[in-house]
Amino acid sequence: MKAMAFAAATAALFVSACGTQGGNQAGGGAGASQAQITGAGSTFVYPVLSAWAADYQKQSGAKVNYQSIGSGGGISQVKAGTVDFGASDQPLSSEELAQSNLAQFPVVIGGIVAVTNLTGIAPGKLRLTGPLLADIFAGKVKTWNDPSIVRINPGVNLPSAAIAVVHRSDGSGTTFNFTHYLSQVSSTWKSGPGEGKTVAWPTGVGGKGNEGVAAYVKQLPNSIGYVEYAYVLQNGMNYASLQNAAGNFVLPNAETFSSAAETADWAKAQDFNLVMTNAAGANAYPLTATTFILMPKSPKDAAQSKAALDFFRFALDKGQDQAKKLDYVPLPQALVKQIEDYIARTIK
Amino acid sequence: MTPFVPIARSRSAAADRVFNLVTAGAAWLVLILLGATAASMAWGGRLAFETFGLGFITSTDWDAVGGKFGALVPIYGTIVTSIIALVIAVPVSLGIALFLTDIAPRWIRGPIGIAVELLAAIPSIIYGMWGLFVFAPFMARHVDPWLNDTLGPLPVIGGIFTGPPIGIGMLTAGIVLGIMVIPFIAAVARDVFNAVPPPLKESAVALGSTRWEVLSRVTLPYARSAVIGAIFLGLGRALGETMAVTFVLGNAHDLSISLLMPSNSIAAAIANEFTEADAELYRSALVALAFLLFVVTFIVLSAAKLLLLRINRAHGRTH
Amino acid sequence: MSLILMRRRAVDAIAFLFASAATAFGLFWLFWILWTTFRQGLGALNVALFTQMTPPPGSGGGLLNAFYGSAVMILLAVVIGAPLGIAAGTYLAEHGRYSRLARTVSFLNDVLLSAPSIVIGLFVYEIVVRTSGHFSGYAGAVALAMILLPIIVRTSDEALRLVPDQMREAAFALGIPRWRVTAQILYKAALTAILTGVLLGVARIAGETAPLLFTALNNQFWSGSLSGPLANVPVVIFQYAMSPYDEWHALAWAGALVLTLFVLGLNLAVRMIARRTSK
Repeated sequence: MKAMAFAAATAALFVSACGTQGGNQAGGGAGASQAQITGAGSTFVYPVLSAWAADYQKQSGAKVNYQSIGSGGGISQVKAGTVDFGASDQPLSSEELAQSNLAQFPVVIGGIVAVTNLTGIAPGKLRLTGPLLADIFAGKVKTWNDPSIVRINPGVNLPSAAIAVVHRSDGSGTTFNFTHYLSQVSSTWKSGPGEGKTVAWPTGVGGKGNEGVAAYVKQLPNSIGYVEYAYVLQNGMNYASLQNAAGNFVLPNAETFSSAAETADWAKAQDFNLVMTNAAGANAYPLTATTFILMPKSPKDAAQSKAALDFFRFALDKGQDQAKKLDYVPLPQALVKQIEDYIARTIK
Repeated sequence: MTPFVPIARSRSAAADRVFNLVTAGAAWLVLILLGATAASMAWGGRLAFETFGLGFITSTDWDAVGGKFGALVPIYGTIVTSIIALVIAVPVSLGIALFLTDIAPRWIRGPIGIAVELLAAIPSIIYGMWGLFVFAPFMARHVDPWLNDTLGPLPVIGGIFTGPPIGIGMLTAGIVLGIMVIPFIAAVARDVFNAVPPPLKESAVALGSTRWEVLSRVTLPYARSAVIGAIFLGLGRALGETMAVTFVLGNAHDLSISLLMPSNSIAAAIANEFTEADAELYRSALVALAFLLFVVTFIVLSAAKLLLLRINRAHGRTH
Repeated sequence: MSLILMRRRAVDAIAFLFASAATAFGLFWLFWILWTTFRQGLGALNVALFTQMTPPPGSGGGLLNAFYGSAVMILLAVVIGAPLGIAAGTYLAEHGRYSRLARTVSFLNDVLLSAPSIVIGLFVYEIVVRTSGHFSGYAGAVALAMILLPIIVRTSDEALRLVPDQMREAAFALGIPRWRVTAQILYKAALTAILTGVLLGVARIAGETAPLLFTALNNQFWSGSLSGPLANVPVVIFQYAMSPYDEWHALAWAGALVLTLFVLGLNLAVRMIARRTSK
């Protein structure tokens, strides 16, 4: 009995000692701030956000702990106040923002790519159109050598195998942008599954996060999925080119993403509520999307809020090179200025 | 003469009371935790139950956008994978139990018994990883195409075995689950077989019975309810298993007759979607699923325990 | 030899073959799974695993913060769960023969023991994470404690019951008060069995993932504090295994190997202790 009590006491002491010591042992930079900022949400933005967080820690010592759990998760966590910021690829409407007393601003632009696991076809060689993509994900086009695919891909050696569709199983802003685009180009999709962070997928396997979809596509032969372009780069995956609104087949890269981003009129968007899929322009990539940061307008912990905002200022000002390395599109200067004004106005 | 005894008795009586209070309190705590869990799940799920009523259990909807949720697909996936798991695990476990109690020479019983228990000790996430990276590709390359070709064309049951050969789906998940459950049923079955009074078995042998006849005519009838209890125990574990299934079930809210198609289970759905549920109704639907799972496993496990207790009571042990 | 006898012998032989085949079948999976874990994990096993933190995608690293987080939460879970479990187990062992409460608790304890761990995780989310407003290592430890509790109740109950009644009777005959009998004599006699029960419980909770998914969440950095999200081995393995990155896959396998060795090692240690004390 006594031995047990002693053991329990030592254990408790050990735990609390580790608690105070561990925080000071962490590798920090020149800065004195040991702040730990927590965020959650979009897996779309995760590759560049984690790179920014690593750079920011080297520069200022502050740690940004970001849980890549999907836009839906980010929105619910920031509404519940369990994180300092949320990241979502689907913008919230002004009413919803007002209801939860949240501020919203964009942080980076990227592109969604149709990834495939096909042998014998070079990356980017496969051509797909919006309506065809909708039919594939609806399960109407079932095999790779379906005439509708063969027709626009002359000379490409398409297998007769069944298409294994991979979609998201969690609440995803990437899904929102993808299905928003499919609804724009296919009326059957619009009246069927429709658009949203999750939809009733007619067929396919569900992966968790952009990571999960990429993992499944990498694993399953003859599969197709949709992921943010950085995941394609990081994992050397095969992908298709898409036909845009102007009728041209464009490859996903920073250039075509910027092309699409140029058409966005941010000045007119209330609370930056803007979706840029199926953009006009000869060289515009049709599946370009923005990630938005959500933060409470009147935060519980003002110091935490300020620390988070400092991080985002760093990302918007100094994170451009890092973003470009992963083929994200950094925001134009005018937009960054607009964001600064907005933050100063709304987040106290 | 100092009244030595009364003082000591009253002091120790107080200490006894405190000690009893502490231990009884801890025992009550177990009950309270169980009840609180059930109540918490019921409370969290009430919004979903109020909104959808009994239709919650029969609906295949799962639309976070439109706010329509139905539990049928997760329930279906849970039941189908558990049934496949039992179909595999029950004969194998009983065979292992027979091997360990009757057939194996004494020197081999120890190591093999340990090996079977090690199978139970392996964390379920290891089963999941192995399932995703090793077993699913094996199924995709060798088993799924074979099933599609040989059993697919058959009338009536053919539809159960046709599907894209991706290795992810109800069949793979059911098999992984079955392997996980084997050691649980085998361990209990072995104990049950050993608990059959030796005189009963010996008299059967004396009358000239073969080993199989001792098993089928003496051991199994005597321990029948306990064996069923062991099977229920395995079923209870299979129903609630999360990690092994999440990796290889496919997370698709589709109701499909084919075992080769991906599906969803209650535990996998909660694990995948809970942190993203951003609407009260969505969260409530998931907690309602948890409540259903809790109720079902509670019933199954209680039945298992009752059946296992019966053999003890028959033996003369009071509990 | 009569035909009937031949048939009976044949059936017996078939049963023998089937039982042996079933055992071989079971062992086959065990070896395949362990072999895979070793082969994949051994390649990624290096010193960096224990000295570096979990990395962002695309770079190498280690699992130090995950090991620490898991260790702290397991320790805290034992601190919370073991005394409660031993106390409850004591009540069941000493009063179980004639108390309806004891019989009910024993019954329901076994139900809680096999209950789905994800339900327990949700319960702790509702009462700890929701009310405190954030994920935390404390919530994770509470969830693990709730899974540990019924195991320790069961093993302590059995351990105390194994102590022969003569010891109790002798102690009572000496006039030792009831609580002292339990606290000083019975515990000492059953100490090894109780400890092995705790070790088995630790082995079980070390591998639990589902309850930590919504309580401790995860943390890519070193965190010394338990009041925020805390990295832990099973959730990191889950996240890394479901990702597309090869470096993360390697780390997941290495973590899986360490976890498996830890759990199996504990199980074998328990067995050896039991054998040594029974001799």
